[in-house]
This record gives sequence, C-alpha cells and structure tokens, in this order.
Amino acid sequence: MAQKNKAYRSIRLREFKRAYSFLLPAMILLAIFVIYPIIGTIIISFEGESSLTLDNYIAVLTEKSPSKALILTDNIGKTPPWGALVHNIVWIAIHVPVTTFLGLILAYALVHVYGRSIVKSLVFLSMVIPMVVGGLIIRFIFDAQVGVIPRLFSLIGLEGLSRTWTAYPQTALFSLIIGSIWLWLGFSLTIHSAAVDSIPKSFIEAARIDGASELQIFRHIVAPSVWPATLTVMVMTLLWDLKIFDIVYAATQGGPGGSSTVLAYVMWLYFARALDYGKAAATAVILTILTLIAASYMIRRSLRGG
Amino acid sequence: MKRRIMLFKPSVIISNLAAWIIAFIWLLPFIGLFMTSTRPFEEVVLKGWWSIIGDYTIKNYIEVLKNQQYDLYTGFKNSLIVALPSTVMPLIIAAMAAYAFSRFSFIMKNLLFILILVIMAIPQQTMVIPLFFLLKSMGLLDKLLGVILIHSSWGIAWITFFMKNYFSMLPRDVEEAARVDGASYATIFFKIILPISIPAIAAAAAIQFTWVWADFFFALIFLYSPENMVITQKVVAIKGQYHIDWGLLSAGSILAMIPPIIIYAALQKYYLRGMVGWVTGKG
Repeated sequence: MAQKNKAYRSIRLREFKRAYSFLLPAMILLAIFVIYPIIGTIIISFEGESSLTLDNYIAVLTEKSPSKALILTDNIGKTPPWGALVHNIVWIAIHVPVTTFLGLILAYALVHVYGRSIVKSLVFLSMVIPMVVGGLIIRFIFDAQVGVIPRLFSLIGLEGLSRTWTAYPQTALFSLIIGSIWLWLGFSLTIHSAAVDSIPKSFIEAARIDGASELQIFRHIVAPSVWPATLTVMVMTLLWDLKIFDIVYAATQGGPGGSSTVLAYVMWLYFARALDYGKAAATAVILTILTLIAASYMIRRSLRGG
Repeated sequence: MKRRIMLFKPSVIISNLAAWIIAFIWLLPFIGLFMTSTRPFEEVVLKGWWSIIGDYTIKNYIEVLKNQQYDLYTGFKNSLIVALPSTVMPLIIAAMAAYAFSRFSFIMKNLLFILILVIMAIPQQTMVIPLFFLLKSMGLLDKLLGVILIHSSWGIAWITFFMKNYFSMLPRDVEEAARVDGASYATIFFKIILPISIPAIAAAAAIQFTWVWADFFFALIFLYSPENMVITQKVVAIKGQYHIDWGLLSAGSILAMIPPIIIYAALQKYYLRGMVGWVTGKG
C-alpha cells in the first residue's frame, strides 16, 4: 500500500515537473510584469497617511473639477461635462447598440452583395490602424477647416454643426462616439459575418420557398441563430468603450473643459499630471472592477469551453 | 432563369447599394487623409482635399521623417525595435504554456487558467503605476527594453488562451507515436507541434505585432526622451496645441498605419482568424 502510494506520488511529481517546465517562463514574466503590478495598484489605492483607508476612492468619486470628475451631479441633463464615468456610460449607451446592430444587418445584407469580401476588407481597415491615428482621423473629419462633416452641415446651413466639433463642449464627446462607430464597425461585421456564414443555407432557402420576406428571415432565422456572436460583440464593444483612451488623447485631450474625459484619461491625469498615485490607483481600480463585471460573461463562457 | 430573377429583387438591389455606400463612407476618411498629405496645405484649405486638380507633393512626408522637430524616422525605427521581439518572445513562451494547458494535468491548472482570462480583461491602467517604479529601480525606465518586457508579458495571456484552443483541436496520434519512439516532450513540442501550428502562430503574430505597434498608453508612460519615443507618440506630437498643420499630421498618420495595413493585407486570412479566435477562443 505504502509502496503504491509512493509510486503514485512520484508519478504526480514527474507530471508536475513536466507541466511546470513548460509553464515556468510564462509564469515568471506574468508574475513580475503583470500580477505584481496589479496587486501593487490595489494596495496603493488604499494607502493613506498612516493606515489603509478609502480616502482615495472618496476623493476620486466626489471630485468636482470638470477635467477630473467622475460624476458631476450638479450638471446632469445639460451639455457635457458630466464627469468621466458618465461620459463612458453615454458612450456605451450609444456605441454598443449602434455598432452591434449595424454590423449584424450589414453581415446579413452582404450575403447578396457582389464583391462582399472587398466591402468587408474596407470596413475592417479602420480596425487595423493604431487607435491614436484613429483619434487624429476623427479630429480630421470633424475639423471646420478641412473636414467633411462640418462642410456638409454648413451646406445645409446648420451653424452649430459647421464648426470644429471637437472644440466645443456640446459636440466634442459626440464626435468621438460617432468616430468610434467608424473605428469599430469592422469588428462587429467580422464576428457577425462569420456567424451568418455558418447558418445552414437550407434553413434560409426553405423559409424563402415558404414565402417568408427578407425581413422575416432576418428576424426569425438570422438574428436568433447568430445571437451568441451578437452577445460577444456587445460585451467586447462595451469593454473597449470602458477602456477607451487613445482616441480621447489624440482628438480632444478630454476637452474642452473636461467635456470629453473618460475613466482611463482621468487615471492618466492623476498619474502623469497631478502625480497623485493614490488617486490614480483608485481610478484604475474602479475601472478594473467595471471591466471585470463586464468581462465575467466572457470568462465564464471560456471556462465552459464554448 | 431563376437566378436572374433573384438578381433584380429589390432587396438585393438595396443590399448592394447600402453595402457599397457604407464601404465608400468608411473609406472616405482614408482618402481624405491621403489627399491632404499629398497636396500643398494652402490648396487643401482653399478648395478642400476632394478637389483633385492641382499640385501634388511628397514634401510633407520628407518633412515629418527628416525634420528633427518631428523625426518620425526615429519613431518608426523604435516601434520596429519594440514590436518585433514583443511578438516573437511571447509567442514562444505562451505556446509552451498553452501546450502544458492542453496536454498535461497539474496542480492549480484551473486557477491559472482563470488568472489568464482575468488578465486578458484587465485594463493597462491597472498595471502602470507599480511598473513605473519597478522599471525605474531596474534602470529600464525610458528604455525600449523595458517596454519590450512589458509588452511581451502582457501578450502572454491572450496568446496562451488562443494557442491552447488550437492545440486542443490537434489530433494526438502523431505525438503518441513519437512518445512510443522515445521522444521527449520538449522534442515533440519543438519538432512536431510548433511546425504544424504555423497557421495559428501566424494569426497570433499578426495580431500581437499590430497591437504592440499601435500601443500608445504604455509608451506614453514609460518612454519620454525624444530619441526613445515610438511612432504613435511621435505622430500625436505633430499636432500642436492650437494650430494644426494637417499636411504634416496626415502624412505622419499615413506613415504610422503602413506596417499594420501591410500585415493585414498580406495575412488577411490569418489576421481575421486571430481576431475571431481572440474573442471566441476558436482559432
């Protein structure tokens, strides 16, 4: 019995050594450059004068200066600034449904389109470029001097929209959100397109022979069968909107007057401009918590192996 | 006969029209940027970049590359120095880890896998404060090597996830035959598994390179001397606080997006596979 146990243990030990010899390089790098800093940030966020406190969190959440505020309660309902967290939420509320839905219908419409792979490649192009360049392009298309969109509105005679959108608090945030639809549609289209392609042709043919309209086919066959893909697109878009930084930095620097700040940008302001590491860490942890809540769906699904 | 009727159904016409209009709108900013970069700026301001008659010039490109104030040449070089090792290193390391996850059972396997999934979701902002001081104490702050180490570590999580799913789908009979012949696991991994995984490796490499090339946040925090800045930093720096020279800025933007677009064009199939695999785990 004891001998058997010993043999078993030595097999386990061999397996352990074997597995960890493959895992070791990854674990060392992750431990030093990823895990340690994450834990460090959490600790810094609770550090006070002498003991651990919630002061940083309270200070960050009740901050009133528009460029760093997370929630500006006394200004909700008017034009931005509303606070970075509110801006993220507005961003998500507009961007997630529009991008998801547009990608879904376009993916289905493409089934009948000549040169669909060209259309797909062109729409995906904005996904490939560095996001800071994406931000600069947003600045470009909304620029009064050279951009298309202000020129179009000046043709119609809408004064308020024929100026540089990124320079005015009423329009800065929305120009970024519209621009992010341009940047991110390729993702929604690609994921939905792969899902649409995997619907058996016979389903759609059979419905068509039975006299179903395209709209009915879309609503009752296509949309339900690609639902897992739709859910994936929604979660990933939401995560991207939460973490958004590069676009804001390149196009507006969070301005004017804090009217287009986002969580990640406020974190950077605390870190690099104010050199207030406690508040920067607290903002980062708040952002992380929101991200993990959103990502928990993806994590659980991956653990199920689906 | 039936097919021909199908072609002229209104829904088909609308689909074609709508899809191509969207494709055109989506391409338009790129055309605008390109036109602006190749035209004298006074003409762009006066007539708009959409007027195609007039002078063309590569002056803007030469200016942003050579002028010490912009020095995109250095940015471009630094980005390559960072992106190449930051693609190769995590690929090898993560592929090894992924092999362990797909073939062996070991203590804390589930916990480690959950950890990898969590790391994939965590924003860069959560890591930079302690990393800043860590790099400082290692003497790697404002050094390309520091950023390479961080990118490599950061890339390990998603590549492990991606490669694990690929390895799990590979048939095992060749490996088992090699085991019977007395090959070690290291031999099997490097001589059998890696060569047959080239499609997945290409997909992961395309995405990882593009991400590292595109990164701005890590660079912004860890690199600050002009001679160490990467291309994304250099391009943003062209934009002045109040005045923007769109000729220079558009030329810089085009230069910064050339390598990722070349990779996308050359490896499109792998690229899209990597993208789908990154989110769904199905390579």
